[in-house]
Amino acid sequence: MAAEVTVTSSDVGLVSQGGARRRPRAPWLRSPKVVAGLGVAGFFILMGVFGPLIVPADPSATSAAVLQPPSLEHLLGTTATGEDVLSQVLAGARLSLVVGFTAAVVGEAIAILVGITAGYLGGLADEVLSLVTNVFLVIPVLPLQILIVTYLGDGGWLLLALVIALTTWSHGARRLRAQTLSIRQRDYVQAARAAGEPTWRTVGFEILPNVSAIVITSFVFHVTSAIVVQTGLAFLGLGNVSDWSWGSVLYWSDNSNAFLLGAWWWFVPPGLCLAFLGSGLALINLGIDEVINPRLRTGLKAARLFGRARAVGNEH
Amino acid sequence: MSTDWTARPSATPADADAVLEIRGLRVDYGAGAHAIHAVNGVDLTLHRGEVLGVAGESGSGKSTLAYAASRLLRPPGRTVAGEVTYYPAGAGRQEPGIDVLALPPERLRKFRWTELSVVFQAAMSSLNPVLNVATQLTDALEAHRPGMTRRQCLARARELLELVNIDVARLSAYPHQLSGGQRQRIMIAMALVLEPEVIIMDEPTTSLDVVVQREILARVMELRARLDCSVIFITHDLSLLAEIADTIAVMYAGKVVEIAPAEVLCQTPSHPYSAGLLSSFPSLHGPHRTLVGIPGLPPDPRALPAGCPFHPRCGEAVAACSRDVPALFALGQRHQAACLVREAAAHAELNATDSRQASPSLPGRAER
Amino acid sequence: MHFLLRRAIFYLIAAWAAITTNFILPRLMPGGPVEAVMARHEGQLSDQAVNALHIAFGLDPNASMWSEYVEYWRNLFTGNLGLSFTYFPTPVSTVIAHALPWTLVLLGVVTLVEWILGTFAGIVVGWRRGTWVDAVLPLGAFLRGIPHFWMGLVIVTVFAVTLDWFPVSGGYSSDLLPNVSVPFVGSVLYHAVLPALAMVVGSLATHMLSMRNMMVTTLSEDYVLVAEAKGLHRRRVMLSYGARNAILPNVAGFALQLGFVVSGALLVEKVFSYPGIGYVLFQAVHNQDYPLLQGILLITTFTVLIASFLADLAFFALDPRTREA
Ligand SMILES: Nc1ncnc2c1ncn2[C@@H]1O[C@H](COP(=O)(O)OP(=O)(O)O)[C@@H](O)[C@H]1O
Ligand SMILES: [Mg+2]
Repeated sequence: MAAEVTVTSSDVGLVSQGGARRRPRAPWLRSPKVVAGLGVAGFFILMGVFGPLIVPADPSATSAAVLQPPSLEHLLGTTATGEDVLSQVLAGARLSLVVGFTAAVVGEAIAILVGITAGYLGGLADEVLSLVTNVFLVIPVLPLQILIVTYLGDGGWLLLALVIALTTWSHGARRLRAQTLSIRQRDYVQAARAAGEPTWRTVGFEILPNVSAIVITSFVFHVTSAIVVQTGLAFLGLGNVSDWSWGSVLYWSDNSNAFLLGAWWWFVPPGLCLAFLGSGLALINLGIDEVINPRLRTGLKAARLFGRARAVGNEH
Repeated sequence: MSTDWTARPSATPADADAVLEIRGLRVDYGAGAHAIHAVNGVDLTLHRGEVLGVAGESGSGKSTLAYAASRLLRPPGRTVAGEVTYYPAGAGRQEPGIDVLALPPERLRKFRWTELSVVFQAAMSSLNPVLNVATQLTDALEAHRPGMTRRQCLARARELLELVNIDVARLSAYPHQLSGGQRQRIMIAMALVLEPEVIIMDEPTTSLDVVVQREILARVMELRARLDCSVIFITHDLSLLAEIADTIAVMYAGKVVEIAPAEVLCQTPSHPYSAGLLSSFPSLHGPHRTLVGIPGLPPDPRALPAGCPFHPRCGEAVAACSRDVPALFALGQRHQAACLVREAAAHAELNATDSRQASPSLPGRAER
Repeated sequence: MHFLLRRAIFYLIAAWAAITTNFILPRLMPGGPVEAVMARHEGQLSDQAVNALHIAFGLDPNASMWSEYVEYWRNLFTGNLGLSFTYFPTPVSTVIAHALPWTLVLLGVVTLVEWILGTFAGIVVGWRRGTWVDAVLPLGAFLRGIPHFWMGLVIVTVFAVTLDWFPVSGGYSSDLLPNVSVPFVGSVLYHAVLPALAMVVGSLATHMLSMRNMMVTTLSEDYVLVAEAKGLHRRRVMLSYGARNAILPNVAGFALQLGFVVSGALLVEKVFSYPGIGYVLFQAVHNQDYPLLQGILLITTFTVLIASFLADLAFFALDPRTREA
């Protein structure tokens, strides 16, 4: 037991590659990239939870101080109608995140359902589900989402999240299908199926645990793209732009030609939030990818450890 | 100028006819306390014109040894100690050896394939799927023989395919259009393209069925004799080596545990592991035969047992085996084994038959 | 031929699905499509506009759903997508035909530039894996996460508003008449620089990262080790063994990226008031121009399908394994 503890607390890479007897449940939690990414994402989640509560001013309160650059009074300046940008960004975090996460949860659920069913059942079911998946993959999502949202009118954030989920699940489904297909070929799964184990058991105990890394990475990716989609739609003026989100801040700034007025403080902060949240989430995926695909693990550390002249065979 | 620091003037082969000498080679995967010592102090000499067989269960470090000796090790693998010296042909005893592990990049590139080529374990994945056979056979020629015309290169490729019994029409084929046996033969042809002095073959026939395996082996041996090169032949199948090797080295847990001329090792194996390995393959058999002759599993390379790494599986182990690490000792002219039980027996025998002669340390004992 | 035939059939099915979705979507609206639109416009629609809606939705009060569907297809084949509300009474097909070339040229140039640079950068960064060059990875992840349209806002602020090096908006200088002359083409290129830049930065990063990952994965293949063992020149190992194989999944995955790229481009056009589909789309959203929105969905889908098929042709040429019967 003691030995195992020391092994698992060591380099994640060696553990997962050498096939230690019992793998830690989530080895990627030890990757520094994942930890850093979780830190960044955690910061924004806190912003989403507490942002609307700690705003320095009512985000919709206009004032005479219009288009003020950042100052002590307004840390991120003011809008063309004198609203406080910082308050808008803080208040907007919640809607952006809620739509993003809801869309990702629902979208991944569809992806799991479609992807695993297709991969596990094979045959005609696979043909049909793969076809549907691939059709959704090639249809450009933005015009489709715009069309649906325009038809539905402003139906609130939940409806918007559902529309995003319904139009973006295909990437995850495609990856899950491929992975399920390869797991299905493995001996122990074949054996379980042959022994007449009920499907839900095989799927629940053999397939799902083995696709968890893919589910996580595609969920994380899904969150990012759903937030970007929500922002893009709001930027176009779809949905209710008087509900604060990062996208509606951008919409109003664009509506008032903030960039022509040089009011960079108005549209830079929401975009930067998006970019940093996106990088944090991307970092999580980068780390997980390196853990599940050891071939990608070529860190600087490795290069330094292995000296130069004689250690590495293929120096170039 | 660069010749000076790669050549080792002081290094003359221990054996006059050595072509490749491996001394004290150690290879780790990873670093620090959790490093796997995949090759753990190996000495081997390949003689000119010899087929040196290396046998051992999977995981014993055979491939790692081959990669390290040919400078093909990839991270996290690294050579932590040892020397590999190559003695070029022709120039006789005066010719200094080449320190392979210290060759600078461009000299290493030139050394590769012209002096030493490799037939890799995985023939199925050793061919580039998007280049045709002709391209893959001739690109080594283009890299090393800039003077050759395209026509000459193709003629050579054709010649090689004939040598390994493949229809020359297959030159324009892509790897996915070839069978496993054909791919393996093409890999062998590829290794011969520059007629190197040394060829390392890492389980060249393991993934093939028995009939194809036989046929390819026969051809390999025929070609070796004709081209007069030296071969290191790696396999887990000891009985196969009995038929083709001149000398056999048996590896266990990263070390050579016994080395002897082929007939000696196959008829009177000394190390219990060699004996077990031998009994698991009554004859040339298919690749997936389990080792019925040896109980237990190969050791976990991360947690090798103390003492002799083989002792937990050994029927003859004594108390000392779990304490002391055995080193190679000489049993005969060219026969060495690393077994405490055998060593003690040899001692006793020596003392009994020749009690006048004190026997302090045995000759030929390798440092460990 | 099998491979291409299979792909072609798939694209036909995808096109059918997009067209049928377009037909069905308005019918899912509560109270029927025209009534819903009327309600949205508070009854202020002319008879002609209502008629345009009927064509766009394929509605015929006296016909069954099936014959409406057939009629819808017939209209499609004659290029009749109804009339745009925004540019009333211009037909949707005319509006799109005017805007589409701008988008195609902009997107084409962006894709080409981004592909060449991204592939090249990915090859180099992948080849130098494990060295200081890996430091570009977090930067790449950061750039990839930025929405293109926001990048456009930043770029226009810096290079157009502040530095005044490039025009703020539009597709060409307003004092020139569109024709094939040197000043006009020059003006078009000049106006395209910033929108293109806004799209290239992010998609280049995306492409570089995926090419780099494929390169690293490919370089650990056995055949690359063999190439090294053969003492081939570095460049040959890197290009013919590494990059040549690493590029295949990227070509195959081109279609999957395209939807994102097109979506990004549409928003960027809006930022720059670039006279392409994106700008028209924005107008359509603004005016609840259903016929135009539907037309845009169709045309962007067809564009993506055609581009994907071109990528399939490239894949077919690059990978001998697709040439099996
Ligand atoms: N890339 C690697 N990373 C970590 N350990 C490795 C790697 N390659 C081989 N090993 C370890 O090194 C030991 C020797 O492997 P190898 O040389 O392939 O043995 P053989 O060729 O005799 O089957 C094994 O225990 C294996 O687990
Ligand atoms: Mg091996």
